[in-house]
Amino acid sequence: MLSLALEAQVGALRLDLALAVADGECLALAGPSGAGKTSVLRAVAGLLTPARGRVVCGGETWLDTAARVELAPERRRCGYVFQDYALFGHLSAWRNVAYGLPRELARRERRTAAIALLERFGMAALADARPATLSGGERQRVALARALAARPRALLLDEPLAALDARSAAAAGRELAVLLRELQVPAILVTHDFAEAALLGDAVAVLDAGRIVQRGSAAELAAAPASAFVADLTGAVVLRGRARRDAEGLTRVLLDGGGEVVALAAHAESGDVAVAVHPWEIALEPAGSAPAGSARNRLEVEVTSVTALGNRVRVGLAAPQPLAAELTGASAARLGLAPGARAVASWKAAATRVLPR
Amino acid sequence: MSRAAGSARRISRAAGSARGRRPSWFGALLALALAVALTFLTLPVVAIFVHSSPGELLAALGDPAARDALRLSIETTTIAIAAILLVGTPAAYLLATRAFRGRALVVTLVELPLVLPPAVAGIGLLAALGPNGLLGGALQDAGIQLVLQTAGVVVALIFVAAPFHLRAAQAAFAAVDRRWLEASRTLGAGEARTFARVAVPAALPGLGAGLALAWGRALGEFGATLMFAGSFRGITQTAPLAIYADFATDFDGALALSAVLVAVSGALLLSTKLLTHDALARA
Repeated sequence: MLSLALEAQVGALRLDLALAVADGECLALAGPSGAGKTSVLRAVAGLLTPARGRVVCGGETWLDTAARVELAPERRRCGYVFQDYALFGHLSAWRNVAYGLPRELARRERRTAAIALLERFGMAALADARPATLSGGERQRVALARALAARPRALLLDEPLAALDARSAAAAGRELAVLLRELQVPAILVTHDFAEAALLGDAVAVLDAGRIVQRGSAAELAAAPASAFVADLTGAVVLRGRARRDAEGLTRVLLDGGGEVVALAAHAESGDVAVAVHPWEIALEPAGSAPAGSARNRLEVEVTSVTALGNRVRVGLAAPQPLAAELTGASAARLGLAPGARAVASWKAAATRVLPR
Repeated sequence: MSRAAGSARRISRAAGSARGRRPSWFGALLALALAVALTFLTLPVVAIFVHSSPGELLAALGDPAARDALRLSIETTTIAIAAILLVGTPAAYLLATRAFRGRALVVTLVELPLVLPPAVAGIGLLAALGPNGLLGGALQDAGIQLVLQTAGVVVALIFVAAPFHLRAAQAAFAAVDRRWLEASRTLGAGEARTFARVAVPAALPGLGAGLALAWGRALGEFGATLMFAGSFRGITQTAPLAIYADFATDFDGALALSAVLVAVSGALLLSTKLLTHDALARA
């Protein structure tokens, strides 16, 4: 169990949050850059001293500003995987790993133990390579092996996939998910990418400007974002406007810039709001087609971009607020979608959530 | 040195490609400037070796006064460099890795001897450590005699050469990725171990360059030594002082000793660079 409560001023950012992560659990800390994610990891590892705070791991107090307790980083034993991995450039892969091994190990056993750890990540063949000659994915695996060599009591991962290209990131993400399931220590993973948080985190905490704005499973966050900020982070389309209640008991939102959207809101929201809808809930029809079916929301849109994402196509739209729809490649081809084309975007009122701004 | 060679190569390439198209007056100007600089800077060194045949070099080494001077130079510079390394390296690490109030002022103060005229350095040392100097009484009570002694030579060398090492070491430590130092701490190494196992090895090429510069400066030290320690054969007369003492009466002997000094300096510079590079390659 790792629990922390922090209050710190880091540059212009005021960090104020509390978290608890169970043994074997991986908490994904998601948020935009500058939200304070890395500062949280640094405070846990002892590389940053908060003005006020408490960090307790496995029953041992690492930091308690009230009791003037502050353990040095080397006595906390956090496995910290830095964003750029921070492998020692003057040491070979195996010596990087051996650096973290317990010091009582004999000289000869160190190489054996380091190679065994590298083997676990499929890196034993490159044990003598210098970091500069390794690819991003290989460096990430050496960094993980090094972090585990010190038998960490908590694992801290700072954007572990950000330095990798899309293909290695997918493979490394799958391997990391397996590793995190096996580990028995609390882990905190920092990411700006909600999909990565959903893949690797047992729970996701969303950090905005130094505060945690929502915590839950990735599915909960996507289904019921607490704010427009969280909805945006989960990849939902977020449109802004002013809400009012109509006679049917529906919430009507007059969008900034034109257009109106209807939602089934559980509680009355009024005034300035945001509406969120997932891109895969949005259907596209040819421009000028008559309303048919149950979709209550219909917006005249202009196609701004068409991007293939594997077997689907993400279509960027302007209504005039930006939104996006996801369709199959076949549908996109049938509709003849290209930048500049006009279309009608439609979705059900039931798929529309109204959120405070 | 390698940087100069690199830019020479680049310039010749630029000149070559210019020749392919049309003559570039600017490329020619750059090449001319380098040629002038190179000629002017190497001519005196070349002249020393042209003037003294290998036989004369050996004869100069046979002269006991020259041998004494060389031996004294090597001994005093070695002690001075050891002291500079021992104290200067951790001091430079502190300056490079910690932010504190007045840091810029401290950096300027430790670099001050770089711009002091050697004669001023000599006077300053006398005023500070001489018999009537600031600390003269305390030194006398402790039974330490510096002026006109070999120990005084070492003190003068440290004073003029240390800033070269401090400056280079500080730059070398500042260039070490901060995250390496942090990673080392999270991996269980304390501050001292992080310094010894990560910071120093990672900064080694820069430290070696600083060491070579400081050593070269110490070997050539003249003014401060002369004023603070004097020029007594076998006690304070280092090679540069011996050359100065000889050149009016025995120009050829002074020339031969100069050639030996150039060779020793060159060899020290080269071996320092090679050693630090080797250590890095082996790690």
